[in-house]
Amino acid sequence: MSDMTAEQKVKFYQKGTFTVGNRLVDQARRSVQASMERSNAITSGHRACQGCGEALGARYALDTAMRATKGQLIAVNATGCLEVFTTPYPETSWQVPWLHSLFGNAPAVASGVAAAMRVKGRQQVRVVAQGGDGGTTDIGFGCLSGMFERNDDVLYICYDNEAYMNTGVQRSSATPPTARTATTPAIGPEPGNVFGTGKNLPLIAMAHNIPYVATASVANLHDLERKVEKAMAIRGARYIHIFVPCPLGWGSAGHDTIRIARLASECGLFPLFEAAHGEVTGSLPIRHKVPVEEYLRPQKRFAHLFKDDDGSARIARLQRMADANIKRFDLLRDVEETPL
Amino acid sequence: MLKQIEGSRAVAEAVGLCRPEVICAYPISPQTHIVEGCAELIRAGTIQHCEFINVESEFAALSVAIGASAAGARTYTATASQGLLFMAEAVYNAAGLGLPIVMTIGNRAIGAPINIWNDHSDSMALRDAGWIQLHAETNQEAADLHIQAFKLAERLSTPVMVCMDGFILTHAYERIAMPDQAQVDAFLPSYQPRQVLDPADPYSIGAMVGPEAFMEVRYLAHDKLLQALSVIPEIQQEFKEIFGRESGGLFHRYRLEDAETVVVTMGSLAGTVKDMVDERRADGVRIGVITLCSYRPFPLDALRRALQGAAKVIVLEKSLALGFGGVLATDVRMALHGVDTLVHTVIAGLGGRPITRKSLARLFGRVERGELKDPHFLDLDLDLVRREIDNQRNQITAGPIAENILRDIGPRATKVG
Amino acid sequence: MSQQHPDVPFAITLDVGSSLANRTGSWRSERPVYLDRLPPCNDACPAGENIQAWLGHAEEGNYEAAWQEVMRNNPLPAIMGRACYHPCEGACNRSALDDAVNIHAVERFLGDQAIEKGWMPAVAATSSGKQVLVIGAGPSGLSAAYHLRRLGHAVTIHEAGPVPGGMMRFGIPAYRLPRDIVQAEIDRILAMGVELELNHKVEDIQAEMQDGRFDACFLAVGAHLAKRVDIPTPDAGKILDAIGVLREMETGDDPPLLGRRVVVYGGGNTAIDMARTAKRLGAEEAIIVYRRTREMMPAHDFEVEEALAEGVILNWLTTIKEIDDSGSFVVEKMALNDDGWPEPTGEFDTIEADSLVLALGQNVDTGFIAKVPGVEIAKDGVIQVGPDMMTGFAGLFAGGDMVPSERTVTVAVGHGKQAARHIDAWLRGERYEHPPRPELAGVDKLNSWYYADAPKTVQPELEIIRRQTSFDEVHRGLDETNALYEARRCLSCGNCFECDNCYGVCPDNAVIKLGPGKRFEFNYDYCKGCGICATECPCGAIKMVPEEI
Repeated sequence: MSDMTAEQKVKFYQKGTFTVGNRLVDQARRSVQASMERSNAITSGHRACQGCGEALGARYALDTAMRATKGQLIAVNATGCLEVFTTPYPETSWQVPWLHSLFGNAPAVASGVAAAMRVKGRQQVRVVAQGGDGGTTDIGFGCLSGMFERNDDVLYICYDNEAYMNTGVQRSSATPPTARTATTPAIGPEPGNVFGTGKNLPLIAMAHNIPYVATASVANLHDLERKVEKAMAIRGARYIHIFVPCPLGWGSAGHDTIRIARLASECGLFPLFEAAHGEVTGSLPIRHKVPVEEYLRPQKRFAHLFKDDDGSARIARLQRMADANIKRFDLLRDVEETPL
Repeated sequence: MLKQIEGSRAVAEAVGLCRPEVICAYPISPQTHIVEGCAELIRAGTIQHCEFINVESEFAALSVAIGASAAGARTYTATASQGLLFMAEAVYNAAGLGLPIVMTIGNRAIGAPINIWNDHSDSMALRDAGWIQLHAETNQEAADLHIQAFKLAERLSTPVMVCMDGFILTHAYERIAMPDQAQVDAFLPSYQPRQVLDPADPYSIGAMVGPEAFMEVRYLAHDKLLQALSVIPEIQQEFKEIFGRESGGLFHRYRLEDAETVVVTMGSLAGTVKDMVDERRADGVRIGVITLCSYRPFPLDALRRALQGAAKVIVLEKSLALGFGGVLATDVRMALHGVDTLVHTVIAGLGGRPITRKSLARLFGRVERGELKDPHFLDLDLDLVRREIDNQRNQITAGPIAENILRDIGPRATKVG
Repeated sequence: MSQQHPDVPFAITLDVGSSLANRTGSWRSERPVYLDRLPPCNDACPAGENIQAWLGHAEEGNYEAAWQEVMRNNPLPAIMGRACYHPCEGACNRSALDDAVNIHAVERFLGDQAIEKGWMPAVAATSSGKQVLVIGAGPSGLSAAYHLRRLGHAVTIHEAGPVPGGMMRFGIPAYRLPRDIVQAEIDRILAMGVELELNHKVEDIQAEMQDGRFDACFLAVGAHLAKRVDIPTPDAGKILDAIGVLREMETGDDPPLLGRRVVVYGGGNTAIDMARTAKRLGAEEAIIVYRRTREMMPAHDFEVEEALAEGVILNWLTTIKEIDDSGSFVVEKMALNDDGWPEPTGEFDTIEADSLVLALGQNVDTGFIAKVPGVEIAKDGVIQVGPDMMTGFAGLFAGGDMVPSERTVTVAVGHGKQAARHIDAWLRGERYEHPPRPELAGVDKLNSWYYADAPKTVQPELEIIRRQTSFDEVHRGLDETNALYEARRCLSCGNCFECDNCYGVCPDNAVIKLGPGKRFEFNYDYCKGCGICATECPCGAIKMVPEEI
């Protein structure tokens, strides 16, 4: 072939590489969600709104945890949308052993379950605690921090939809700047949630030096599953913060839930990364970078940003936040796009 | 085995004999010595197969207990005062979920003003949370009640508080007959949960219940506590058969035969009252004492029968419903509803104020002479409070009452406590 | 509720999965439905290939199945993979991501594999007892013969020339289409039982049909008469036509003599082929003269690029006025007017050259056809056919370059297939109805995020020096690895490829996975109609339709 121009290097690839069911990957690494035998930890008939990101995120996470533990799983739930829409008497959507106690105590309740399993010599039964951002970053924060510092054998999953949705869209400490909520109306000199507030729980979790912290998104199932699998392979306190859009609270179309989650990560506002013992160990590079406007525009909670020059200035400020994330987590590095 | 032992230590050892599986604790006086004792017994290997979890708050303490209990572990914790209030939400929740957790309350006042000494304000604040509330009269009874409490809790699948007076009992050294392990094992079967989190047989615990069934859920919880009125004496009897002594039950009777006047009280105060009753009896006064052990459920019928012959009832309690009056007294009046018995409300010992024999003698004298107004506040410095009330009336802004009282009380403060 | 567990607390503790009693489908105002949209490649294919389907087989590594799928519509994959101008790739949605799928290269790979491995297409087991005459062994005639044979009819081809293949031999140079490939694919058709009579020029169609007792006839003799323009010249021998030269390349013993400097007049693909052939025949200069601009040339851009790379010179906006007495070519410069059309400028120039080859298009030789009663000749001298490809004479069908249409090998192959279907129906006294075309799967229907970036595989090319001196094939084929890679670049536009996205992304578990090859069903008992499945379907195979309330 000396008289031929250099041949292109062949990369492993299948149409729909990032889809749920990439048939060309090893059976063991295929998505749980592609399986006809998936556990459907939350089954049909729940009362989540159309296009609920949290319902999806919770099934993704728990089905993965179910596979990772071979069904030896107990779930603890904080009060919130997830709890309310899955368990209104007389029907529950859960298909795993599940306990709801209070709004602010899920991490502690989970610690108790884990302690019971340990003392009974049933360590193969693993515990997942879950809550929304309010239940996690605000009211449950004390218990969460306690569970972290004791390094209890619990995976805590926060489904972050950036406000108190169950009570009617009030601000939480996970609400982003400028977002309109019922308690941060889009009026006055600083419309929406104000800049310079809020807390970054994944980073706070890392400060506890726990073995594993990760962010994930309903827009990237494979990444989410990989992180849950990884978390379930580790003993001790683990934290995964999953981005779950809320069509009702965000004023977005129900069918856009995954699209908006994707844009949140692709613009840099919600970086996908993981950390072990307080150190960032990896991040998921942005595949197709978009400006923050693309993420903000389909959401009515940000509609005020598109009305005047002040709004444009705020968008620029959000863009700077996104850019800072991109820099901090090295999200635009040039990588060979290896599927999965 | 007889031991000269601190009350808290006796409770810790008794709890240990019950083979607990999860103990979680957050420090608050005056229950600290109990959980310190538990921690030590676990570290020393005296208590085996038990997880001791240091949590970050009382709210977490009971929450961990909720999780552990729901997962099928025999679970214990202890708290007091502010701590009980801080976990209040979980207190209701544990009962609502029907989890047989046993929790010691080292009874203590509630602030502000902050006060670490004994009264019953804390457990009274949560009397309607759905827990069984048992009050110990002595440290012997405190130890015994814990052993009974696990059996009671697990038989009914409902949580039990064992209340013991802070410092007066928790920190007092007394001679106590400590049960041995074989006796406790014979008395207390292993925990067979009514519902448990188990991957082999999953269900959802903690559903949201709307108006269509909430009344029924609440009624069933109420009925369960009423069932305890018969279970408590049964367990008391079972306990007596194995350990050979009377402990627990609905209430204790002392010299009630032919009593015209009956003092109704709870907790360690009963000891002093009994001494006084003995004195009055020696003077020919027909007086007796009922010491309530089960405050929740409240034994309305049994109490009514026990008080049948009495013309006067003095309810001597360490709690005060602000803006209303006696708490226990109200319950006793309920028991005597429709009966022509004079019931005196006597509020005493708030925030650790000593209840002296002298004061009680004066009190009983006034009752006998028919001079007592209702409600009566034992040893209240009336001059001081009247002066303060007047001051406040004359001032637009009065400032914190506690500071003003301390200022006014001046050098007299040392006399109290 | 607590039927399984009568001992657990009332109302607070519930049996798992009991929410199935709550049919949330009643919330829905729109319902998702699965549909198959028409992929743009299939839509654009003149031969009517189901490109997406065969790429699907190839993607699985099942090359014979892929080839059989090609063969359902096109009997000449190895030829088509080389000679087709692949309008499929022009339509391919993948070009919006990176580059179009290299469809023709995969087709060629499959075609070559089939030749190498001797794969044979399926033929109907039972004979229809009908006989069909095909006149002309070009791509259209061969295609019709092949399809008619598959349908169980006996087919005889009468070909006027000494070799079969028509324009595949005479119109496309060997460096683009090696002759062994042409022969192999024709041989395969003949091996199916198609009779071929060479050097059999048909003069009287009716007589041939009667004598041979043919039930129908497909006429596909192509367009072989070169168009000419009147260019005054002292030496008519200097002016040749491209079709004649290219034919002579195939049938003559010696290569045609064109001289050192050759001018080719025209702007179509034949002009390019001619110029490139002239270079290979030893011309030092091959100059294309075209009266319009480079952009307006009908030739395919990639062929122009290849020609330029090989040293062909392009003179656009130029017309040839005459060849003067000294043998110089007098040319006039043209300029575009305000409407964008070329107009003479009055500026003249001369070009020195040894020969002029006209590549201005071809006409159909309609002489023997016009005699058939009922047959109409349309303007431009082509045969008028109906939508069923039948001429005005019952049982006489026509296709390929001789009917009004674009003149490419692929169109011709498509005509052959369509004609075969209509003839088959006509022989049974029926009409062939083409199934309705589904709506097009345009790029707006896709969610392309799910496809990884994967630039197309570049086919290796022969080095320039060899291209200028030999008729070796310019483009090499793909090997198995890169053919597989290329097949996997297909997005499966408009048609479910069982990626499981809908099954995975439904927040209500309202998609039922039916198992491999069986696709999915919606469970409308629980589907709330949020539409995430439709938005996240990568290939646009789900649409939302309003519920009737």
